[in-house]
Amino acid sequence: MQQFIKKEIFRRAAGITAVLFLSGLAGFANGGDGGGAKRQPAKTTDAASQLKLPSGFSAVTVVENFGRTRHIAVGPGGAVFVKLSKLKDGKGIYRLEDTDGDGKADKITGFGNFPGTGVAISDGYLYATTDEDVYRFKLNAKDEVVNPDQPEKIVTGLLSRHEHEAKTIALDDKGNLFVNIGAYSNACQLKDRTKGSPGMKPCPILDSAGGIWEFKAGKANQTYGDGQRYATGLRNCVALFWNKSTNSLFAMQHGRDQLHDLFPDMWDTKQSAELPAECMYELHQGSNCGWPYIFYDQLQHKKILAPEYGGDGMKTGGDDAQDPAAAYPGHMAPNGLVFYSGSQFPEKYKNGAFIAFHGSWNRAPEPQKGYFVVFQPFKNGKPSGDWEVFADNFSGGPEKAASGRVDYRPCGLAQGPDGSLYVTDDTKGTVWKISYKK
Amino acid sequence: MQKNLFIALTGGLFVLATVLMSQTKKPAAKPGGSGGLQASITRGKQVYLEQCLACHQVDGLGVQGMNPPLAKTKFVLGDKKALVKIVLTGMQGVEVDGEDYHGVMAPHPDLTDQQIADVLTYVRNSFGNKATAVTPGEVKVVRAANPAPAQ
Repeated sequence: MQQFIKKEIFRRAAGITAVLFLSGLAGFANGGDGGGAKRQPAKTTDAASQLKLPSGFSAVTVVENFGRTRHIAVGPGGAVFVKLSKLKDGKGIYRLEDTDGDGKADKITGFGNFPGTGVAISDGYLYATTDEDVYRFKLNAKDEVVNPDQPEKIVTGLLSRHEHEAKTIALDDKGNLFVNIGAYSNACQLKDRTKGSPGMKPCPILDSAGGIWEFKAGKANQTYGDGQRYATGLRNCVALFWNKSTNSLFAMQHGRDQLHDLFPDMWDTKQSAELPAECMYELHQGSNCGWPYIFYDQLQHKKILAPEYGGDGMKTGGDDAQDPAAAYPGHMAPNGLVFYSGSQFPEKYKNGAFIAFHGSWNRAPEPQKGYFVVFQPFKNGKPSGDWEVFADNFSGGPEKAASGRVDYRPCGLAQGPDGSLYVTDDTKGTVWKISYKK
Repeated sequence: MQKNLFIALTGGLFVLATVLMSQTKKPAAKPGGSGGLQASITRGKQVYLEQCLACHQVDGLGVQGMNPPLAKTKFVLGDKKALVKIVLTGMQGVEVDGEDYHGVMAPHPDLTDQQIADVLTYVRNSFGNKATAVTPGEVKVVRAANPAPAQ
């Protein structure tokens, strides 16, 4: 027996040696650096043609493999700015310019030595965030950053506890800056995400997070005391947008996780994958959207009392809480929002909303969902008709989407001055420009 | 050419040596509880499905930026005491292979020593991992050193 094992080991080891020897030879044949496998021609992944778009639309990639490109803003002159949540060559913001008109960035400059998610342009300034602060840079008439090394700190000291930490922003046209301060919690339990731990009432998180705060866009070094809580009861709204056609702030809430994990007797895995809704809210001063006490059940069309606060999946609650403007399937993670005000796209898109759904993780073991850009039609400032998938196949196919092991995850959205729509992906660092031609 | 031959041969010898050495190692620690290693893995898979899968996913590869992967990391394959402690007391914020993960992992003191031993034995032998079993006795020792705080 012992003899046999030794023989077997030798036979296997000899086989491995032969394979390594042959691959060494192959490496030599390919140029002698021993990297035989690497010398195969690179498999072309065409990020531009991978997207599935409605008839008449086409996409080009502005950049590819650019890192953790989160939100995006486009200047009046067409320069694109992307915010990175991880520094690339020491820089957290990149200006991407297409000088020859083919859609691809050919002049690229980095600045801002801080990582983060939020970026927006308003009134000649570029605003960009870390997880605690908001900075701004002056832009000139060519969308160039005047003092790239000297940003002005506008807001500082916002709470970041590494859960829903991304600070995202929107600006109105009256000099106000709105900042999403996500709740550092799933459902405001005494112990976050822990089975059996009760919900805290009142939820102390709401004093400093779980809402949208309003600051002055042009005043330096503001802290909590200088701003005001504009809207509350919002778990985390990565996607924020000031809609000029309604003159109001819209936000997409990431709904709570883990109904089944924490309350398996009330929700099975299928229900827990769909619930609760990812909600669109139109916000006004003083809006309360009900987190953590309630969640919106898009199947019952009701605000349901959260199980941490005595709910059973049927009891309603939150009579004082605002209803969502629209509701979408659970956990798809809306990270980008834009209301279309251009004239390049067909008429039906005018004043409607594009929403980038980053894609789910909390649907397992059920298939994951999202990884697409949705169009929500609007009429007279209100959602009108069903949402539809506008840009699809970021995942690379249904199987990849179901497993969550996808090619790209759409995150940020912005409209260019020519009416094109820009989409970022924060998995590989892709930026697409989507245009329409009759 | 000579360089490549050298690399191939030394690579081969290294593999040979590793294979031989791994064969001479003493067999994996006998998993505690009933039924041996395979039974522990089978039970552990059930615990994984109920307690871990939602965050760490079916393939154990976690979620980018949130929930860390369980495949071939030192957290899973390294010190068993530290691994048991993570399950008992929870975790938030970890860097694995240069990527940051921010997800909150709740503590699981409610699981029995046997369940924790089984699920960790399953994890240490799944997703491409191959490592020794965790025994209920090992869990018991770590639990005694880390009593669960009151709710």
